[in-house]
Amino acid sequence: MATEAFKKIYTKINSITKATCSLKASGVGYDELATVDGKLAQVVKIMGDEVTLQVFEGTGGIPTDAEVVFLGKAPTLKVSEQLAGRFFNAYGDPIDGGPAVEGQEVEIGGPSVNPVRRKQPSELIATGIAGIDLNNTLVTGQKIPFFADPDQPYNQVMANVAMRAETDKIILGGMGMTNDDYLYFKNLFTNAGALDRIISFMNTTEDPAVERLLIPDMALTAAEYFAVEKNEKVLVLLTDMTMYADALSIVSNRMDQIPSKDSMPGSLYSDLAKIYEKAVQFPAGGSITIIAVTTLSGGDITHAVPDNTGYITEGQLFLRRDSDIGKVIVDPFRSLSRLKQLVSGKKTRKDHPQVMNAAVRLYADAANAKTKLENGFDLTDYDQRALSFAKEYSDKLLAIDVNLNTTEMLDVTWGLFSKYFKPEEVNIRQEFVEKYWK
Amino acid sequence: MATKGKVTGVIANMVLLAVDGPVAQNEICYIKTGGDRLMAEVIKINGAKVYVQVFESTRRLKIGEEAEFTGHMLEVSLAPGMLSKNYDGLQNDLDKMEGVFLKRGDYTNPLDEDRIWHFEPLVKEGDTVTAAAWLGAVEENHQNLKIMAPFGIEGKWTVKSIAKAGDYRITDTVAVIENGQGEVKELNMIQKWPVRVAMTDYREKPRPFKLLETGVRTIDTLNPIVEGGTGFIPGPFGTGKTVLQHAISKQAEADIVIIAACGERANEVVEIFTEFPELIDPHTGRKLMERTIIIANTSNMPVAAREASVYTAMTIAEYYRAMGLRVLLMADSTSRWAQALREMSNRMEELPGPDAFPMDISSIIANFYSRAGYVYLNNGEAGSITFIGTVSPAGGNLKEPVTENTKKVARCFYALEQDRADKKRYPAVNPIDSYSKYIEYPEFAEYITGRIGDGWLSMVNEAKTRLLRGKEIAEQINILGDDGVPVDYHVTFWKSELIDYVVLQQDAFDEIDAVTSLERQQEILKNVTAMCRAEYDFDTFQEVTDFFKKAINICKQMNYSEFKSDKYNSFNAELVKLLETKQVSND
Repeated sequence: MATEAFKKIYTKINSITKATCSLKASGVGYDELATVDGKLAQVVKIMGDEVTLQVFEGTGGIPTDAEVVFLGKAPTLKVSEQLAGRFFNAYGDPIDGGPAVEGQEVEIGGPSVNPVRRKQPSELIATGIAGIDLNNTLVTGQKIPFFADPDQPYNQVMANVAMRAETDKIILGGMGMTNDDYLYFKNLFTNAGALDRIISFMNTTEDPAVERLLIPDMALTAAEYFAVEKNEKVLVLLTDMTMYADALSIVSNRMDQIPSKDSMPGSLYSDLAKIYEKAVQFPAGGSITIIAVTTLSGGDITHAVPDNTGYITEGQLFLRRDSDIGKVIVDPFRSLSRLKQLVSGKKTRKDHPQVMNAAVRLYADAANAKTKLENGFDLTDYDQRALSFAKEYSDKLLAIDVNLNTTEMLDVTWGLFSKYFKPEEVNIRQEFVEKYWK
Repeated sequence: MATKGKVTGVIANMVLLAVDGPVAQNEICYIKTGGDRLMAEVIKINGAKVYVQVFESTRRLKIGEEAEFTGHMLEVSLAPGMLSKNYDGLQNDLDKMEGVFLKRGDYTNPLDEDRIWHFEPLVKEGDTVTAAAWLGAVEENHQNLKIMAPFGIEGKWTVKSIAKAGDYRITDTVAVIENGQGEVKELNMIQKWPVRVAMTDYREKPRPFKLLETGVRTIDTLNPIVEGGTGFIPGPFGTGKTVLQHAISKQAEADIVIIAACGERANEVVEIFTEFPELIDPHTGRKLMERTIIIANTSNMPVAAREASVYTAMTIAEYYRAMGLRVLLMADSTSRWAQALREMSNRMEELPGPDAFPMDISSIIANFYSRAGYVYLNNGEAGSITFIGTVSPAGGNLKEPVTENTKKVARCFYALEQDRADKKRYPAVNPIDSYSKYIEYPEFAEYITGRIGDGWLSMVNEAKTRLLRGKEIAEQINILGDDGVPVDYHVTFWKSELIDYVVLQQDAFDEIDAVTSLERQQEILKNVTAMCRAEYDFDTFQEVTDFFKKAINICKQMNYSEFKSDKYNSFNAELVKLLETKQVSND
């Protein structure tokens, strides 16, 4: 390596915490990488001649006379077509036993897209799941997380979405993933014969937590290569972003930063936004779509991680077990895709927005009726009809095992409207009622 | 000689410099690193140790690298040619930047120096002028813009010469002025002004009184905002903050609309870039983009520049107000601005206030809101800045520092509510918690009576009372059951639902329903009030429900139809017929 000659080696560390160590050094750049006792580290603070390094693996076993070598560059990933079909760790090194990737070396966490160079997302991503396509349509260039409790099948639903969606590349960024889930994804991708369009960056629970911080940037740097250089449609899956945020809070704690809400660093919003805002529709046709997972604690969305995420992402998807039908459904009340109006009624049939809203409103009426029932009140005829509607709507449309195209979904919904209601109870534009009422 | 500094410390975007000369608080400097020049602003001075916030990524910045101070604070350049522009938080013209990705240290001229303007003088030689006096006029996008005396000058100045009517560039000298001390200034069309300083060259700031029409019924009818007023929209995510804000910026009756996208999603700005050049201003019939300026500092752009972006936007607004124009400034979201303040305060290791926000957050917010307002200029003309900010309360909890401190200063409060959003009752503005202080102003009452006649405010108050009454009764029905309350209760409840569905709920994505003119709002409120005031004859609560559902459905169809069209009239006739079936005649 040409830079080899300029590398400076230090052997005197002044202080060590669980995640960081400090030493006196000169000529060091901010964000630069170093190795400490062979372990990868990054400069997080420079104060005079004192440099603080964040050691990704943790500082266990590092002696004060450890060899510290500054590498003169920020973290990088080598990008080329060779990335396809491969599994990597947080540093971008292969973990599938294959050879190292050759290609152009790119710094991860690169610059943002100029907002005026973005294109408005307008391509629908069909998943076949009506809880998504009908009520919360996804669009290329969108960023949207699943808000789910740890016991919900979010990884399975996400995998389903990824396999059904028509994209050129799927990039999986796993943070704090259990080994079992990692093997689930690996088997699924291998068996589907889709391996050549999938790239995975993995940090499992067996790996050091701080290493996770590199995963989203690695995945998105690879995504930018395919979306910008190859004009491909790239879908990035990030699971689980709560684990990522936990790693952030560990580091900020070690750096003596004043924590804000829920012990999270005050910069949590900006840190998460930097990742999610990489989702983009490029004018040349390439796009990056991000579907992430944010696990909740007991369904609490006011916690700092889901809360900040909700303000950044373009909607969120909630899963819920519906005890009436015994299936997991996409919750129509709390789920939202903010970009749906860019495609629904435009790329889909014109009645789509009104049908969607009317069905959810009627579903809400059923929820009210249910409350009445639970409180021991008599139900009106309308309440009864709303309840029957809700059950069938849940089973035929909201359940995650549904696989229909959008026109079929709309027809099924009109069928349910006609079966249970009168037109004036549905509140839809007259022209649509005349056309589709059955 | 300009003061120079050397880098002695780096923590993210906060950099410590050792300086060799005088430095001012908030002064701008440029740090040179690896061929890039990074703009930074002084935020704290401690002897020769100066803390600066860098408006860019500090990656690879090294100890010992040099900084050069500029001698001025963060300022914007103001001249004709800014309308329809897309700026970043530091007023760089985003369209002039090359490449798809933003490059560090790439600063572009916010103005177009080659563009030619037709200048008409408004003063003559020998006239006396003061700061912000109108010297001449140019036309941009059909708006009459003024070329003004510098905002910063003091005392009386005499016009020594003024350019003749004709075509000039903004850099050409158009006037020469002189003061009593023999100081002479050659003026071109460009003004510079530090963004953190309020521009106060006006005669007085009265209480605002003129309705600012937004076409959004829940605002105009129930809780109106006025020209020069302040308002804020807090709401948890997913309650339609952005949709409401875009609706206001599209439809409001203003001459200039400035949108500060402060730390929000880039795709929302893209939506404006894409739609506004196509959409028509409902008041003038021209393209919306012609009156719009966008300050885009999205969430992934540098944090320090985000903090500056709201000031940049406000200063540009003040420039147009000084021309006697009606400016609407929207900032989405002021919480992101406050968070930027928090990140910096945290890095400076200041003692934190509530939720780790800086202690002075309340005075920062108050000072900012106070820059809005309706003013009479020194020449007697009026101009206004109406400011509406959104707030993104953490966890949807309105008891957090940014919301609380904003509530102290903003006069209109539009509370977006999760529950309404869940029920798809959009816009999800809670009609009971929200308020407009302006509706209580006698100045406003006088104005609105002159505009749409007597009886308006009493109808509005009646509707508000009915909504409150309806909410109380809904709770009782929930507790006692449909059969457990008299039929009358159901009538009262459904009257409030009628107001909710027909007046408050509005489809922002429906071509016709999205904008409602004041005239049409008056008609709707009159209709609904008449239906609420009428007596009905029902035997069972089921009849009440059926009747009002039918009535609501017809009223909604009317809202979806062109005002006074055949379709509208036929629905109206249908409604009259329906009312006759149950209404008790008062003869």
